[in-house]
Amino acid sequence: MRIKLHGTRGSYPTSSTDHQRLGGNTSCIEIIDGEERLILDAGTGILGINFDEDYPNARIDILLTHLHMDHIQGLGFCKPIFDPEKQVHIWGPGGSPQSLQARLNRFLSPPLFPIPLRDIPSALSVHELPNTPFKVGKFTITAGFISHPGPTVGFRITSGTKSITYMPDHEPMVGRQPLYPEDSWVSGFGLAFKTDLLIHDSQYTQEEYWEKIGWGHCSLDIAVEYSARVQAKKLILFHHDPTHPDTKTTQLYLDYLKQNKPDFPIELAVQGQEIAV
Amino acid sequence: MPGHSIELILSRQLADCLNVPVFIVNPIGTLLFYNAPAEEILGQRYEDTGEMPVGEWGSNWYPHDGEGNSIPPDELPLVMTINSKVPAHKTFWIKSLDGKSTQISVTSIPIIGRSGDFSGAIAIFWNNEFIP
Repeated sequence: MRIKLHGTRGSYPTSSTDHQRLGGNTSCIEIIDGEERLILDAGTGILGINFDEDYPNARIDILLTHLHMDHIQGLGFCKPIFDPEKQVHIWGPGGSPQSLQARLNRFLSPPLFPIPLRDIPSALSVHELPNTPFKVGKFTITAGFISHPGPTVGFRITSGTKSITYMPDHEPMVGRQPLYPEDSWVSGFGLAFKTDLLIHDSQYTQEEYWEKIGWGHCSLDIAVEYSARVQAKKLILFHHDPTHPDTKTTQLYLDYLKQNKPDFPIELAVQGQEIAV
Repeated sequence: MPGHSIELILSRQLADCLNVPVFIVNPIGTLLFYNAPAEEILGQRYEDTGEMPVGEWGSNWYPHDGEGNSIPPDELPLVMTINSKVPAHKTFWIKSLDGKSTQISVTSIPIIGRSGDFSGAIAIFWNNEFIP
């Protein structure tokens, strides 16, 4: 598998010169295996996908972790939803009194968006994620609710013997460290256990986290603790805070590595980066 | 590797933050967690006992009525909630491991998460001696 990071920024997109290294687009990644592709989240990063060349087939699958704006704001502007030849399948969490389609329609309809969901030209199918693993092409997808305000899932995607776990917004423990000693009490443990690649929230500094308890995000040190606990083979730090210049995010990362020397690879997510798994 | 559902995990996190005793059980009645205030009443530490099957915790603390008659597990609020998936409430007596009898009241509610699955039940209980 290959993973392409199209949007790595948390909260809101930014075009600031301070954010050119790690990227300013919000959450979106692509999972690629041969000719098959999955899109995870539809932040502004989705606008960087080359749909003309990379999606010759009619079917496109977009999996949403949740419906916070930074994860869906690219959806209304991505090319295939205006192409009547395309079958766009959107998957997202249920678990709300309103259907997924009704909740998406609140964004994809006037006054926030000029066209209501029902008038979008592509053949659009909206699916609430099942509670059990399911297959799209060669990918097996497992979705599970994780700790973040509102219905929010993490994904584990496997193809062949390889797996990736995607948790862009995750606060494993609300206002408490360390994690509980029993694995079964750790949010999303089964999704991330021994995964080949964990893409995980790391929005805040240590100090910021304690001022933003319950906002649904975590700090670099919590992400690393979580990654070590689930025995992930590699960690990608994701959902960079747009109020931090990249120089600060990078320095926090370098300082952490210098002081802690984790025994697995850790990298900062960089927009446009491709990672082989 | 399956873990507990997020609603159970967040229930434990809530229980950890509360100064009232809390029990959490799974759908078959296994006691998954009790917090520090519950340890005070029960005279046992969660770290020492870990999880307990319903037959064990339902009788370990000798639940009984005011006349000393034993209350079977099926009549305890948590077990009633597990069986019926609706809230339950009862006042009764327990005897902790140190031999002391305490009158407690227990209110239990089912935990049904966003997936619609029944994950278990949570009970809040309090020591009636400390109610003014």
